[in-house]
Amino acid sequence: MMLGRLYGAKAWGAFAAAAAVVFVVVPVLNLAVPASSPLHLSAFGVTLGGKIMCYMIVAVALDLVWGYAGILSLGHGLFFALGGYAFGMYLMRQIGADGQYHVDMPDFMVFLDWKTFPWQWWNSQSFLWCAFLVVAVPGIVAFVFGYFAFRSRVKGVYFSIITQALTFAVMLLFFRNATGFGGNNGFTDFKRILGIPIATREMRMALFAITGGVLAATLLLARFVVASRFGRVLAAIRDAEARVMSCGYDTLWYKLFVWTLSAILCGIAGALYVPQVGIINPSEMSPANSIEIAIWVAVGGRGTLVGPIVGAGLVNAAKSVFTVAFPEYWLYVLGGLFIAVTLFLPEGVVGLARRVRRGGVR
Amino acid sequence: MRREDAMALERSGAHEPPRRSASPGPIAALLRHPRSDPPAGEASYGRVAGKGVDVAHGVVLYLEDISVRFDGFAALDHLSLAIDAGELRCVIGPNGAGKTTMMDVITGRTRPDEGRAWFGQSIDLTRYTEAQIAHAGIGRKFQKPTIFERHTAFENLELAMKADKRVRRTLFARLDSAERDRIAAMLERVRLAHSADRPAGLLSHGQKQWLEIAMLLMQEPRLLLLDEPVAGMSDEERERTADLFVSLAGQHSLVVVEHDMAFIAKIARKVTVLHEGRVLAEGPLESVQADPRVIEVYLGR
Repeated sequence: MMLGRLYGAKAWGAFAAAAAVVFVVVPVLNLAVPASSPLHLSAFGVTLGGKIMCYMIVAVALDLVWGYAGILSLGHGLFFALGGYAFGMYLMRQIGADGQYHVDMPDFMVFLDWKTFPWQWWNSQSFLWCAFLVVAVPGIVAFVFGYFAFRSRVKGVYFSIITQALTFAVMLLFFRNATGFGGNNGFTDFKRILGIPIATREMRMALFAITGGVLAATLLLARFVVASRFGRVLAAIRDAEARVMSCGYDTLWYKLFVWTLSAILCGIAGALYVPQVGIINPSEMSPANSIEIAIWVAVGGRGTLVGPIVGAGLVNAAKSVFTVAFPEYWLYVLGGLFIAVTLFLPEGVVGLARRVRRGGVR
Repeated sequence: MRREDAMALERSGAHEPPRRSASPGPIAALLRHPRSDPPAGEASYGRVAGKGVDVAHGVVLYLEDISVRFDGFAALDHLSLAIDAGELRCVIGPNGAGKTTMMDVITGRTRPDEGRAWFGQSIDLTRYTEAQIAHAGIGRKFQKPTIFERHTAFENLELAMKADKRVRRTLFARLDSAERDRIAAMLERVRLAHSADRPAGLLSHGQKQWLEIAMLLMQEPRLLLLDEPVAGMSDEERERTADLFVSLAGQHSLVVVEHDMAFIAKIARKVTVLHEGRVLAEGPLESVQADPRVIEVYLGR
């Protein structure tokens, strides 16, 4: 009954079909179909799919704040990377003494001649502690930053610029070896999760399926939020914030809630991304990465929840093709895409599809 | 005679200090406007946050010697004015008479340099913020309608409705049938029932004005301030708006600032003329219109 309120029968059908692809079709094609068969899905394909689903989670998270509350963040890559680093610490500890130097310490620390773990690494051998950090660190950073920004009524392009500056500043911080997170090399060479080797087909598939599950949960949570009265208040804040205040709502807490929620979702996506891609370094926080997230959302259609998922899928699929075929042109294509979407498809691909279905493109 | 009426009213209403009592006796309770009764079990005296207003003495708003100066220019000059509970008061005056500044003072947007603004017996509005004053029960409609254009008319009223407006509550809030009925009844009242599910941006200008008035009413204000409510409306819409305001008086107290004298003539019981930041005349429309000072202000310039 609760679920019936979120989506209609048709949408649930599509949802079930997507779930079947993630939880049945892909595992069968990868694990059961022999590698010699043309139908076999390679490990590369599974990892790419898992990676793109992480991006989809981030896109939905950004759409919650941009599409529904009108807050354009160009720094969401920061929260993604913070989640990734938090879980990366655990993955580094799981390497144990199997690193280059055969010491029970991450290689970069040995290389830097550190004898003990810095304070940031406290309890990082614990899976649960790091899982907690995945949620807590992006959440707290977003809450504190958002509190001051929203309380000072920083809005629009000013807010966007500050988020860019924030992610850039943290990137510079993480580039330094003294920060304690491996400097510009970041974390890599992961071996195990919970003692189970990472580089097996089964583990890869498990991570893929978990990512799919988290994506589904993210979509349903976002749907719950935007379909509630809270969501309608949020959209009203986007359209006429002063009027919302005169209706008696304290808009600060509305913006702060959705902003923090969005950051937490990004953190979780980052934590799922790192073991699948096998590396996390400060370049994940580069301003360009965060802008790319906004492009996924714009291409798919902001203010719809399916839109960002479609957009993240399309743009990243195109990226996979282009960076292999014409690597030097990808950034031009991306920029051109953004301009074209902004000018001609303000509601994105999903908005276009809806208009076509309603009868004729205007 | 008429002029004396006006003067008498002015004397009795406006220049008397507010009578304040710590605890209203049984007689005061009888006199109190029925709608002023707070929800069961809640005391209403001296508290702002949505607990109701003490209008035991029949006065919902009392401006006491208010002055506002901008760079030496006196926008309001020792203005005193009293509005009774349930009254429908029209405020007129030439441009620059201080009408909008007066509304700004009442809603907390402008702080007066001198004077007090009493809401009921015990709330000094000059000490509260805009949001607190809105919560206390003063609704203001600006000249330009501001509604949520992409929300439906129904959703506009849902958002405006008096409710617990904290984040946690709105996440899980669901309309119960009583609330649905209230919204439907309000839509009926402002003749928007057939447009309930249309985006509000598609409504006509007059309908938007009504929707905004309905939004204000959903907040259950004790006092409604309406700044040029019929600007841009057709004759028919004006007619209906006049009916609406007349039907609201009694349950709510209304202050209408308007230039359109034909509209004023339809709704006016008591009219206040502002000029150069003070009350020039007050009383029934005919007596005010016959007042030579008023005639001079309007025609002699």
